[in-house]
Amino acid sequence: MARAVTSQRKALNTVVAWSIGLLIFFPILWTILTSFKSEAEAIANPPVFMFFDWTLENYSVVLERSNYMRFLTNSVIIAGGSTLLGVLIAVPAAWSMAFVPSRRTKDILLWMLSTKMLPAVGVLYPIYLLCIRLGVLDNRAALVVILMLINLPIIVWMLYTYFREIPGEILEAARMDGATLKDEILYVLTPMAIPGIASTLLLNFILAWNEAFWTLNLTSVDAAPLTAFIASYSSPEGLFFAKLSAASTMAIAPILILGWFSQKQLVRGLTFGAVK
Amino acid sequence: MATQHSRSAARIMMAPAVFLLLVWMLVPLCMTLWFSFRNYLPLRGGDLGFAGFNNFTRFVSSSAFWPSVLTTLIIVGGVLLISIVFGVLLAILLDKPMWGQGIVRILVIAPFFVMPTVSALVWKNMFMDPVNGVLAHLWRFFGADPLVWLQDASVFSIILIVSWQWLPFATLILLTAIQSLDSEQLEAAEIDGATPLARFFFISLPHLSRAITIVVLIQTIFVLAVFAEIFVTTGGAFGTRTLTYLIYQRVLESQNIGLGSAGGVYAIILANIVAIFLMRIVGKNLDN
Amino acid sequence: MGRIQLKQVKKAFGDVVVIPPLDLEIVDGEFVVFVGPSGCGKSTLLRLIAGLEDTTSGVIEIDGEDATALPPAKRRLAMVFQSYALYPHMTVRKNIAFPLRMAKMDQAEQDRRIEAAAKALNLTDYLHRRPGQLSGGQRQRVAIGRAIVREPAAFLFDEPLSNLDAALRVGMRMEISELHKKLKTTMVYVTHDQVEAMTMADKIVVLQAGVIEQVGSPLDLYHTPRNKFVAGFIGSPRMNLVEGTEAAKHNATTIGVRPEHIDISTTEGLWQGTVGVAEHLGSDTFLHVHGVPGCDPVTVRIAGDVALNHGDTVHLTPRADQIHKFDAQGLRIS
Repeated sequence: MARAVTSQRKALNTVVAWSIGLLIFFPILWTILTSFKSEAEAIANPPVFMFFDWTLENYSVVLERSNYMRFLTNSVIIAGGSTLLGVLIAVPAAWSMAFVPSRRTKDILLWMLSTKMLPAVGVLYPIYLLCIRLGVLDNRAALVVILMLINLPIIVWMLYTYFREIPGEILEAARMDGATLKDEILYVLTPMAIPGIASTLLLNFILAWNEAFWTLNLTSVDAAPLTAFIASYSSPEGLFFAKLSAASTMAIAPILILGWFSQKQLVRGLTFGAVK
Repeated sequence: MATQHSRSAARIMMAPAVFLLLVWMLVPLCMTLWFSFRNYLPLRGGDLGFAGFNNFTRFVSSSAFWPSVLTTLIIVGGVLLISIVFGVLLAILLDKPMWGQGIVRILVIAPFFVMPTVSALVWKNMFMDPVNGVLAHLWRFFGADPLVWLQDASVFSIILIVSWQWLPFATLILLTAIQSLDSEQLEAAEIDGATPLARFFFISLPHLSRAITIVVLIQTIFVLAVFAEIFVTTGGAFGTRTLTYLIYQRVLESQNIGLGSAGGVYAIILANIVAIFLMRIVGKNLDN
Repeated sequence: MGRIQLKQVKKAFGDVVVIPPLDLEIVDGEFVVFVGPSGCGKSTLLRLIAGLEDTTSGVIEIDGEDATALPPAKRRLAMVFQSYALYPHMTVRKNIAFPLRMAKMDQAEQDRRIEAAAKALNLTDYLHRRPGQLSGGQRQRVAIGRAIVREPAAFLFDEPLSNLDAALRVGMRMEISELHKKLKTTMVYVTHDQVEAMTMADKIVVLQAGVIEQVGSPLDLYHTPRNKFVAGFIGSPRMNLVEGTEAAKHNATTIGVRPEHIDISTTEGLWQGTVGVAEHLGSDTFLHVHGVPGCDPVTVRIAGDVALNHGDTVHLTPRADQIHKFDAQGLRIS
């Protein structure tokens, strides 16, 4: 039983925590605010905080100029495709490891984890070369596959930890009730694991969305997602703060919203179940 | 505990994932190893034959190598220090009763979801710009000369940007760990006469030690591989060239594949040393 | 329809033999209870019959057909699990319908069977609920409902009552017994609770370390336990096992006397002792008597209430015709 806390104590906690929280959040807030300013107000000295002429002009300029929709589409396809493909491959694998564990299960899981630890830069050229040879440089399908492979260990691990929480007796009951393996996975396991599968989809969508090594190095025009779109603002457009802010806001807003839903899963997913 | 039938089914269902990851790991790894022993310059005649350990020695003896190792260590160490120290403090603070706890948590975690290129660019231009950046305004407000952050304090700036992204991660994990601490333990310690400080050092901190270790290991692996933040801000200039960035430059900018691949092998070995420790912790956790 | 025969069935996990080769016949329509301490292999034996585990060697026949290699679904058996194993995302109706749906039975027949089962188990009002909204006893009934709609050759129960509280357990015990009387289908029931075994079984199989110690009707086991283990396991409170000189008088290594078969007197008797703990239940009194050579304490059961308490000196006399004798191997001497 927690004891009652004096409201002075609570007020102090609140003030300190909110100050720090706002400080950490400030760059994002500032970016969002700036995206609604005119370029002049964006670099005004002293800076204006809230009291300026709110305008949507930057958004329309960015949308017009840089073919934002193509980058967005690429991001959605690459992040969404790689995540869906990964889950389709990972569900059967996680089922096997969670419900039919063998002596090698632990080793396989750890080995999968170890592939995630491989530094991307160490295999940059081979992948780059393979993409050229196969004619899939700057190709969305290739990025879907590559990002799927990058995140597959995390997807398998997350699903595995979720599946392990489902009692095996329920699957055995289904087997006794005449369910085939397909029925068992389709009608019993999957519906029960929906929250876990949803969290896995969500977190891996976010990770794929923000992935910035392969997407920067393996795309140029056709397949370039939002990471590359933003990187192209590096200069000289980057000096136009308001437009940079509008572009940034559009790139992070969808994921920020999804991300807030996935806080809890984030811990489990990124610590491989070691912290719950 | 299962039947032969389900065991063979399990093997079949595991096969695609295992096969794909095996290919994904082995093929590029073998190619990198192969290239690291070749004199391979695509723009200057292609594969010019076997190079022995030449690439490995040249990579290490190049004037850029040791500075890049030092930079890497400073950046990884700096980010770890900031995110662990502030992460523990923040996690403890967020665990305390307050109004609007949920919202504060959302504010704190938000930077983790920001695309690396966005965070690098926003920091570079809107905060660290020596003329119009928010920090420049702030410096001038206090009567100081604005810093040219990415030149004069380049490594610190990178640490700041990367820490801003990873502090939320550390905080979130440490907060989760704190919340799993049995409050009866703390109450028992209080009854045994432990002061708040003693309770923190003898109960809370040991309880957090595993979570801290995990944060250290995971962040080390990710921060070792930091790329976009440097690519967008300094492009490796002003002493911010990390090992990862050096390899990237050797491979894609100067197109010296042999040399870059040898660097890649070093990076893989380095990451594996960290990974072994992480896997041992995770593996222990699997047993129960 | 529901005769199960195990012939030389053996189960080993790696090098660990859980069940050494074992023979057992379960007659059609019988209520058989596997009983034994935890870890004795009784659940494993049930899972072997169900097909959830492979037999290492030996043959399992169901109605004369070799079912050893059949998957669980093909064995025409239904199972009720300890955790009930209800599908949490399905309503009660869908749970009960699941095996029928898997068998691709037509909808009208499905509905007929579900209604009938729901009525028999008092679940009609709960068909639209999910398992999470039900009490423990109701969940148990849903699990049974899911088993009976299939009209299986035999029912398998794996400690089905151990998650219920004591009062509910007695009620469910009766319900399952009545169900058996009504359906006359073979039931194989696993429990570690000898009271459940005694009250429900037609035939009890006592297991220890994967070995069948004795097979027989409840009263067979009570009156003529084949060895010391069965003697100690069946009956509550446990049989007193006396060793040493008292046993030697009967030409045995150990003699056993049930607490209810000891006469007590404050003045004279064969053994003298002091009352340690006295448990007054009203209907019965259990006395734990110290000081009898070869067995400490000796438990005595007296019908009704008696005015004996801690520290009183008592004299005990086992009834001569109710003394069980065991040899050095622990086997019964008849």
